[in-house]
Amino acid sequence: MKAQSYAAAGKPMSGGDGGRSAAQGPLLRIEDLTIGYFGQDRDEPVRIIRNVDLTIDHNMIVGLVGESGSGKTQTARAILKLNTRPLQPLEGHIFMDGVDLLALTGEKLRAIRGDKVAMIFQDPRASLNPLMRIGDQLARIYALHQGISRAAAQAEAIEMLRRCGIAGPERVARSYPHQLSGGMCQRVMISLSLGMQPDLLIADEPTTGLDVTIQAQILELIQTAQRETGSSLLLITHDLGVVAEVCQRVAVMYAGRIVEFAPVDELFTHPRHPYAIHLLQASLALEAPEKAAETPASGYPAEASPSLELSVGQETYQASLESARDPDATAFMVEVSPGHLVLGTPVTVDQAVPSGFLSGQAGAKV
Amino acid sequence: MNGDSAPILRTVDYTKVYDIPGGRLYAVDGVTIDVWPGEAVALVGESGSGKSTLARGILHLEQATSGEMYFKGEETTHMSEGKFRSLRRSVQMVFQDPKLSLNPRLSVRQTVTEPLRLHHIVPRNQLEKRFREVLDMVNLDIRLANRRRQELSGGQQQRVAIARAIATYPDFVVLDEPTSSLDMSVRVQIIELLRRLQRELGMAYLFITHDLSTVRTLCHRTIVMYLGRVMESGPTEDIFVNPKHPYTKALISAIPVPDPRVKKARIILTGEAPSPTRRIIGCPFASRCSYVMAACTEGAIPMFDVGAERRHQAACILYRDEQWHRRFEEETRALTSAIRDRQGPS
Repeated sequence: MKAQSYAAAGKPMSGGDGGRSAAQGPLLRIEDLTIGYFGQDRDEPVRIIRNVDLTIDHNMIVGLVGESGSGKTQTARAILKLNTRPLQPLEGHIFMDGVDLLALTGEKLRAIRGDKVAMIFQDPRASLNPLMRIGDQLARIYALHQGISRAAAQAEAIEMLRRCGIAGPERVARSYPHQLSGGMCQRVMISLSLGMQPDLLIADEPTTGLDVTIQAQILELIQTAQRETGSSLLLITHDLGVVAEVCQRVAVMYAGRIVEFAPVDELFTHPRHPYAIHLLQASLALEAPEKAAETPASGYPAEASPSLELSVGQETYQASLESARDPDATAFMVEVSPGHLVLGTPVTVDQAVPSGFLSGQAGAKV
Repeated sequence: MNGDSAPILRTVDYTKVYDIPGGRLYAVDGVTIDVWPGEAVALVGESGSGKSTLARGILHLEQATSGEMYFKGEETTHMSEGKFRSLRRSVQMVFQDPKLSLNPRLSVRQTVTEPLRLHHIVPRNQLEKRFREVLDMVNLDIRLANRRRQELSGGQQQRVAIARAIATYPDFVVLDEPTSSLDMSVRVQIIELLRRLQRELGMAYLFITHDLSTVRTLCHRTIVMYLGRVMESGPTEDIFVNPKHPYTKALISAIPVPDPRVKKARIILTGEAPSPTRRIIGCPFASRCSYVMAACTEGAIPMFDVGAERRHQAACILYRDEQWHRRFEEETRALTSAIRDRQGPS
């Protein structure tokens, strides 16, 4: 799987660290994005995503984490203007190469979708047409986006499937989605997106619902592709284990706001927002082995049994959540160290996570 | 763990085959396991490994194709439904999705007291007392007693399902992915609750999951299944720290670690699981295994003792021969030590 080269495909690309990554500021800049809908009285909109700022640099993998309903998916969909009614962006801008994507419509928007920004959805089977063979679906899109003939697009489709680690790509190209496993469908979706060589790939929970060994394959594939093409990736997940393994920066969302945005190492070692600390500790609470006392050789602290006790104190925690939920938000992002932003008042905990506690395994699903 | 007492559940060569168009699906193929009183056992495996089919068999919801199953020493596969009903109060189940397992028309009170009435667990005038007792155990507020399913959050719903399961004083509870529909922070609370209840009430658990992160804090012992067979079983820590079967090694190595400072040695499996519609001769993992040899597909692979103590066993031919075993350990040492390193302080 590791030997594939995406850089060989079609249009020239800057690989690795070179080329465009050195240039002109971030790839994508979301500024003060607010998404909502108008209720029955139509006066005041209900804002479900509020004042989101997020930058994605060139050649970078950014994680977006949060629990269900925190607004991860809607934020990402706004980049492609895919929010479905009644939801709509109410305020803010999403700049890419100096163009505000939210202002685009029609042909100009279509020129962005797929070519510059592509998205992999959570349920791959639902995003493939059940009535078309895989090869035909891919070829149709390649022909459309790359302006090549249908026959050339068919060949390209098979080539992309092969690069994405699919054994027997000819056979898969002749199959219908229902004949393939979930992992295989996700690989098809990834090859579809990569074939368009987007500058930004958005992956919305690409491995949720897949078995852990398949998840490892898919993450490896996405990472390899990202490295080789030098494109950027926005990875939406609720799994901090995946974030730790794959991402360079991570944004934590809660109740429609980003509460912390930091380099991955920073967030895992020095989280500063109470909710981020809580989320991290919740993920880690499950790490402690059963009967830690009986296995002293493992090096766990004796009292490492799972505990939801917050090292920040219940009052501070609740206050921070309320402040994040407050519709008339006055709290803003504070930069606590270079590139590390926290909503409201940052807290400092001595040890968000006891050393040695972290090094256990587990973390996610099979 | 209980010395010479008898297992609460024992399956012997339990097999469940479904007839499907174009073949026979061996969902569970010759599974032999024990669960002892007061023990929490994890049954882990990827989708299609047969873990839920086995659970349905244990609860007498499916007829076995062959093999035996003993519950407290009584053979149940040939038992009539009427006869099994008397056992139901002592074996309970919590399902994956409380939205589907709770009756939307019943209040919390009705849901939890229904099994009490059906099994005549307590006299009528004691129903409310037992109800409050159980509600208290799962940390649900009595003010929620008259609410219905849709008026509760996901975590509260699962607490109701757990309350219903433990109300009848069961000795054995089957938990089928009880936390996979829940968010991380709620998931931790439910695992905490299950852990406390298990320790306080001394029930045995069979905890079915594909979420390995929940296993380690909850279960004493872990059984790993793959395509209807048991691949490895042993004390949970041994399985996590020193997995023996090549499949278990790959499975454990594939779990993402929530610590960016840890760089894992990872086995990336190639290919996908073979179709289970034809009966697999030998090891079902052979087609994806890097250590495969002729003997793997020649005949049934028995469980070999692989641990120094406490019933750590793996169904891998590498452990039949001392020489193979040593060479295999040699080759995977880098990986095993990487797994071990994660145990130490960082």
